[in-house]
Amino acid sequence: MIEALINMVLLTLLAAIMIGVVRLRNLFAVVILSSAYSFIIATVLIVLDAVDVAMTEAAVGAGISTVLMLAVLFLTKTEEQKPKHSPALPLFVATVTGIALIYGTLDLPAFGVPDQPIHTHVGAYYLEKSVEETGIPNVVSSVLASYRGFDTLGETTVVFTAGIGVLLLLRRNRRRNGKNGETS
Amino acid sequence: MDFLQTVVSHYNQWIAVFLMVSGLYIVVARGNMVKKLVGLNLFQTSVYLLYISPGKILGGTPPILAAEFAVYSNPLPHVLILTAIVVGVATLSLGLGLVVRINEAFGTIEEEELFARDPEA
Repeated sequence: MIEALINMVLLTLLAAIMIGVVRLRNLFAVVILSSAYSFIIATVLIVLDAVDVAMTEAAVGAGISTVLMLAVLFLTKTEEQKPKHSPALPLFVATVTGIALIYGTLDLPAFGVPDQPIHTHVGAYYLEKSVEETGIPNVVSSVLASYRGFDTLGETTVVFTAGIGVLLLLRRNRRRNGKNGETS
Repeated sequence: MDFLQTVVSHYNQWIAVFLMVSGLYIVVARGNMVKKLVGLNLFQTSVYLLYISPGKILGGTPPILAAEFAVYSNPLPHVLILTAIVVGVATLSLGLGLVVRINEAFGTIEEEELFARDPEA
């Protein structure tokens, strides 16, 4: 019961931060709020027993993402302009989508109940056979590195491609600046 | 009492939906590109919540096997979301690189001003 209560309090905090992010126009404040959001969602993930994911989110979401966004703010502007269009249409679309999705959740299994379909298939198999087949007591590690190793390989490919993309974008930039420097 | 039961058993999904549509709203309604990327990032984070919540068993422990525990939460969503977080920061950095380039080329990161400067848009 206490687990569910902590979970609900933290989720309410998340929703409050989200409202702040939507309303604020100072981008510096928005970035810092999104960092706080990442820390709170890492705490929620610990309550939900996903300790490995929580560590990754705290390091990557609250750490690296925030640093990257602050670096971009340093290179650009920190104040957002007032929107010229009326926000009525996006608000309508978001509200309708939200209502449809909430209607859809009513048929989903309740939170925290052991007898639901997700626990019957391959998850239970991993929990039962992990030590026997791979010798790793941390099931998340054994699934990540052994049972689903190809997923991780694909993930590495995506990160590598994104790294190449960023390098190309920023290097071209530097060369052009150099040329400008020579001519002027 | 019945309504309260429904609220408690679906609260995670409802908050996930709220975060999702708020992220969608920021991406569509706001013209500043850094703000759009923050919105996209928060949109993504709501999906983590949607995936991890059903794997939780109340009274269970994290899926690290030990003799003292019998009930573990489902490890499979954790693995999927670990992958999603790392891919998410990769796409975010690529998007931010594009924002820096756009700012170099046009001197602004506001959508309205960009449209005004590009005669074909």
